[in-house]
Amino acid sequence: MKDNFSISIWFFIGISLAVDGALILSAGIYRLLNPPSSPTVVLFNLHADVWWGALLLAVGLFYCFRFSPRRQP
Amino acid sequence: MTLLTAMLAVPTQLVHLSAVDLAIIIFYFALVLSIGWYLKGRANTGEDFFMAGREMTAWVAGLSFLSANLGALELMGWAGSAYQYGILAAHWYWIGAIPAMLFLALVMMPFYYISKTHSVPGYLKLRFGEPSRALSAVSFAFMTVLMSGVNMFAMAKVMQIVLGWDINFSIWVSSLTVAIYVTLGGLRSAIFNEVLQFFLIWAGALLIPILGLYEAGGWSNLKLQIAQRASEQYVHLWAGLGSFSNNPMGINWVGIVFGLAVVISMGYWTTDFLVVQRILAAKDIRSAEMAPIIGAGFKMLVPIIVILPGLLGLAVLPEKLVPESVATLTGAHSYNDVLPLMMARYFGPGLLGLGVTALIAGFMSGMAGNVSAFTTVWTYDIYRPLINKRGSDHHYVNMGRWTTIVGVLISVGTAYLVMQFASIMDYVQALFSFFIAPLFGTVVLGMLWKRATAAGGFWGLLCGTLCSISMWTWVKVDPAALRYVALSPHAKGLAQDMYQALWSFITCVVVTVMVSLATKPVPEAALNGLVYGLTEVPSIGQVHFYEKPLFWAAVVAVFFFVLNIIFW
Repeated sequence: MKDNFSISIWFFIGISLAVDGALILSAGIYRLLNPPSSPTVVLFNLHADVWWGALLLAVGLFYCFRFSPRRQP
Repeated sequence: MTLLTAMLAVPTQLVHLSAVDLAIIIFYFALVLSIGWYLKGRANTGEDFFMAGREMTAWVAGLSFLSANLGALELMGWAGSAYQYGILAAHWYWIGAIPAMLFLALVMMPFYYISKTHSVPGYLKLRFGEPSRALSAVSFAFMTVLMSGVNMFAMAKVMQIVLGWDINFSIWVSSLTVAIYVTLGGLRSAIFNEVLQFFLIWAGALLIPILGLYEAGGWSNLKLQIAQRASEQYVHLWAGLGSFSNNPMGINWVGIVFGLAVVISMGYWTTDFLVVQRILAAKDIRSAEMAPIIGAGFKMLVPIIVILPGLLGLAVLPEKLVPESVATLTGAHSYNDVLPLMMARYFGPGLLGLGVTALIAGFMSGMAGNVSAFTTVWTYDIYRPLINKRGSDHHYVNMGRWTTIVGVLISVGTAYLVMQFASIMDYVQALFSFFIAPLFGTVVLGMLWKRATAAGGFWGLLCGTLCSISMWTWVKVDPAALRYVALSPHAKGLAQDMYQALWSFITCVVVTVMVSLATKPVPEAALNGLVYGLTEVPSIGQVHFYEKPLFWAAVVAVFFFVLNIIFW
């Protein structure tokens, strides 16, 4: 989907999801490698921050690529 | 940095943010301001500033339409209602929204769109004349900025309770951010940010039901746990609605079907300019019809991130949540805290920042919606016809920019007023509900009945509004009067809203019909493009069946019925 602008709204969404995903994934990997002695959250063992951050990063990068200003007509 | 330190210093808070959480929140603010800055050169004409150039695609208009309604208080409030009343709260997302959104798409949108009106009061001017527009525009503009202020205060209060943030900090940072990006880019900037906020809300909130269902052991186990801790009625949509006393909400199916679905939701989704404005910005008639259908499709899914967390809270939270009045006295957590409590339960550093960003994004999308709608109605429906008819397009754009700033300042002032006099909040919220139901009666009669006259429209709107105010005052003075308004001694608070709307709608329709029949009919030539039967709706062109709005409306309708049957 393209709007009549040189930068699409979907590209901004891609940036947002990619940056947030990267930050969450980084924090998750840090906690995976340095687990707290007593986890403060329930289901810590699932490491939701790792896979949720990775998912957001992947979706964000896809949007950034798909709606990159360079690919707009 | 001093401000950030001050934010983190308050000891009595639900959750504590880490550096990565703050980085996510700060990045969000930087991005929304960047979008406003980027779009500032594309808001130079009235059509650009107030109507986003009428060039939005169906997806952008549809997601913005939904996002303007998906405020943070909506998220937290209805999650709390789900904890309090069970799955009955989902009625406000399904029967209380989907039929109205489809009705807007297929029946009303063509009239709004082809009349090229800038606003809902603008349509009333075309159909019923200046008095109806003035009544509708003044009440809408006044109530919109007041509601925006009430929501601003409530959100700042939530941020104080959840994060320990200073209440002044929350009010000024969020309101100035909205003021800057809407002033710079107009409606286009508001719409773009709303679409971004829609994605952030889902990204920040969807993990709660996923982890919650995992912890509860799936939907079947969740139902069993809720039945043990509350009641089996908490997981049934319709089974307990045979009588007022058989469900936790104290309402019956008549109130839900006729009060909520037929009147309140139709009134809100089809005539509240806050949401309708997004659709009017669509690039063509097909996009304008598809946008509410896309919005309806996603609206059906919103209970996953709102209602389900409330139900999960019933099952997995170790403490019992209490009403707000009890929480204030005892210091316990209230129903409205269920969503932040679930975040605190599952979200570690990073995820917590995203969850808080989702709440802030929800609040800001709602506020931007209020401010941009207020700006348009003030400029086009009050300032231009009543104060300065001869201004240039450039003059009205400048007026729009200044009105945005003034609107935000009035909202901030209202927030501080509410801080001093908390009871104002109840009155403002009640005031807003006075206008929705009769306005729907007036607009729908105007669109569907060619015999409706200007006098009929004006007096119907006025009498319907007065009827609503009278019933509210009656119950306020004598709470026992609720049994007469809702027709049952077992009726509770929410039933009053439903029946009050129903009676005011009926009053509006009856008065409009009677006055219209007693006054001179409007010549049919003057109604071309405004009334069903006298208007040739432009074709959406030769498209495949799967590109037609009617096809997708049918798909949404089928899913809607299936959901109601599954959770009956």
